[in-house]
Amino acid sequence: MSTEFLTPLLVILVVAACTFLTRFLPFALFGGGKEVPALVKTLGDLLPPAVIAILVVYCLKGVSVMVAPHGFPEFIAVAIVALLHIWKRNNLLSIGGGTLVYMVLIQMVFV
Amino acid sequence: MNTTKKKEAFKETLKFAFIQTVPVLFGYVFMGIAFGILLEKAGYNFIWAFFISLIIYAGSMQFVLIGLLGGGMGLLSLIVLTLSVQSRHIFYGLSFIEKFKAMGKWGWYMIFSLTDETYSLLCGMNIPKELNEKQVFFTVAALDQSYWIIGCTLGAVIGSFIGFDTTGIDFAMTALFVVIFIEQWYSYQSHLPALLGTICGVASLVIFGPGAFILPALIAAVCLLLVFKNSIKIGENQEVCQ
Repeated sequence: MSTEFLTPLLVILVVAACTFLTRFLPFALFGGGKEVPALVKTLGDLLPPAVIAILVVYCLKGVSVMVAPHGFPEFIAVAIVALLHIWKRNNLLSIGGGTLVYMVLIQMVFV
Repeated sequence: MNTTKKKEAFKETLKFAFIQTVPVLFGYVFMGIAFGILLEKAGYNFIWAFFISLIIYAGSMQFVLIGLLGGGMGLLSLIVLTLSVQSRHIFYGLSFIEKFKAMGKWGWYMIFSLTDETYSLLCGMNIPKELNEKQVFFTVAALDQSYWIIGCTLGAVIGSFIGFDTTGIDFAMTALFVVIFIEQWYSYQSHLPALLGTICGVASLVIFGPGAFILPALIAAVCLLLVFKNSIKIGENQEVCQ
């Protein structure tokens, strides 16, 4: 087998193994019949909204406020998603509408 | 339970799970197509796209991966990079230890397939009483991965022939997280976790930059939540993530 095949295969296998490891770790630490400590349970309760908030920031991490268009397309589109969602609470409308606006903004308005 | 009833129950489960996963369907298919196109351009065909989305199944890491397939990065660096990009998954499992444990061998697939989006859906779902929660969980997880595989493979096959300009279509992912953020805002009595998360995320981004902010942000959020845990009133609506 050639290295053009083996190298990418090995890279994929390593990334797959490491990815699974991160997903498996909490179960390995607190899984095996052991009672989940109260502290961990509390974290499991309180973490989701905090993690989702961090993921929103993660999605927008590439936005540069200093360089034109100064993050305007992103912030306008996020505002539209939020307003649509607060108004109708329809996931598809909020996501579809916001994405469409974003595509128009970066393809036609802030070129 | 007889076969007809089982079939009926499965149909109901599938229907409920499908409706729940529609936003992910759009996000994953479009993100997947974007990934497939980029992978094709890097010289790897749809079989690679299928294989990668089947065994790695991770959005941002797969995009990072494209640049690494040719080799050149040392094994240790590759491991550290993957672990840090994926480190947020360590926190996701905490919410589901009991639930996945109770799912037996199906739980292994749940652990494997706990992506950002599947995690968010499992957290936010209000499952009707007549449906089996474990079946719903598994169906949601499997549907999500199937969308991702379809998107990635499709992207590598036909992506380069798409006629219109798809630039910016990946914003669907951002929009999905914003929607989930708002849904959680409504369902939690205390907004402090969401606010702390936002503050930690933004502060860490400013301090550490876009390449390295997520792990410090998560650690800071965990520490602050532990500090403030007694002053946070736990809402009544959070039935799933306990």
